Amino acid sequence: MDNVITTDRLTKYYGPQCVVDSVSLQVPRGSVYGLLGRNAAGKSTLIKMLLGMVHPSYGRATIFAEDASRLSPETRQRVAYLAEGHPLYRWMTVGQAVRFNRSFYSTFNDNLLEQILDHFELPPTAKIRRLSHGQRAQVSLALAVAQEPELLILDDPTLGLDTVVRRDFLESLIQIIQRKGRTILFSSHILGDVERVADRIGILVDGVLRVDCPTEHFKESIRKVVLEFDGPPPALPKEPPVAGLVNSRRVGNKLELVVVEFGDEHRRLAESLGPLSLEVLELNLEEAFIEYTRGPKRSLPIFVGDQPNDQSIVRQGVA
Amino acid sequence: MEFRIDSASRVPIYRQLTTQFREGVARGKLLPDQRLPSVRELSRTLVVNPNTVAKAYTELERQGLLNTRPGLGVFVAHPKAEITQEVRRQRLEQSADQFLIDAVHLGFSAADAISSISERAAQFQWQPQRTG
Repeated sequence: MDNVITTDRLTKYYGPQCVVDSVSLQVPRGSVYGLLGRNAAGKSTLIKMLLGMVHPSYGRATIFAEDASRLSPETRQRVAYLAEGHPLYRWMTVGQAVRFNRSFYSTFNDNLLEQILDHFELPPTAKIRRLSHGQRAQVSLALAVAQEPELLILDDPTLGLDTVVRRDFLESLIQIIQRKGRTILFSSHILGDVERVADRIGILVDGVLRVDCPTEHFKESIRKVVLEFDGPPPALPKEPPVAGLVNSRRVGNKLELVVVEFGDEHRRLAESLGPLSLEVLELNLEEAFIEYTRGPKRSLPIFVGDQPNDQSIVRQGVA
Repeated sequence: MEFRIDSASRVPIYRQLTTQFREGVARGKLLPDQRLPSVRELSRTLVVNPNTVAKAYTELERQGLLNTRPGLGVFVAHPKAEITQEVRRQRLEQSADQFLIDAVHLGFSAADAISSISERAAQFQWQPQRTG
């Protein structure tokens, strides 16, 4: 099994700020890797380091076994990159953008491009600055797919797209996946899409790759354990540290623990706290992601002004 | 029978597919020797990674519920009695106990619970009664 992308302790500092922290991952040929993380978790920086657009502070990355910061033009031709925001030259027409793009890729498939543009009803004479966001995304995607790339790197490709365009995009992605041997790495906020499409997911939290596993393993191994007590819940013992504990919080009389690889030791620990009841719940991908990336729970401040005598409400209500 | 997936579900996608398949067979919506969509076709229809569909099909094949005929496609298998009678009986009793526990807690009488079973059984495709 050869790896199309590898990173070895890839790290990037901007001044004193560590934006990507010692990330090591591999993406095997033919697989789809979904990179998840909150905004500013380091996804885009990581991706730019894979393309040699940003140089790492430490560590290295390879694409097709070449150092990512020194990719040869031949290797670059095998990679299609969809940058965040689908940048295109606004003054060009679709046709001009195609001619511009095509000149860099010897494998460019004109027929395929025409089919895709036809399907999306994008005439070559259309000016890019007149297109909607969704249409620009379609042009970008068409250009990337027509390159017939062995590796597709997509940075938040569905950002800002409406539901229908997003579904179109997903369907195109499935078609690409079905052509054997293509490898895809994409970052996204839409957990549902990632779950459908990715073989493997990685979750970046503050620059650290905290999760890196097959997609369904993540869902299957993460559990929320809810312990109810008849008073305020006890604190978890600090020593020994609980392996696999992702998050813990107290909500009223309940203690909620989010655990990976929930097993007997976790159950015994939970029972040793003497709860009235113990429930083990599954989570869907979105819930699991939130547990991993939210950090310690802060409750939202209660809005003042709910009282019926409140002046501001009286003033608001009158037409 | 249409396969569907729920992307907000807590159940992994491949398991949703295997569950739907088993239910389809149990309800007679999928019949023995019926051709199933190929991995490609289904992954396209459901907009899901083909590996996920492949995983579901592999699992079902391992359980003896479907078989692949090279060059022809994927087909629903004929039901086979592979586990012992004792084990079958035990599993059935476990399922029955689950149902009965729920029925008791919901406040039903035994007669009502049993007639509910008889009614719903009509929706399913049953094997001919085996002797012994």
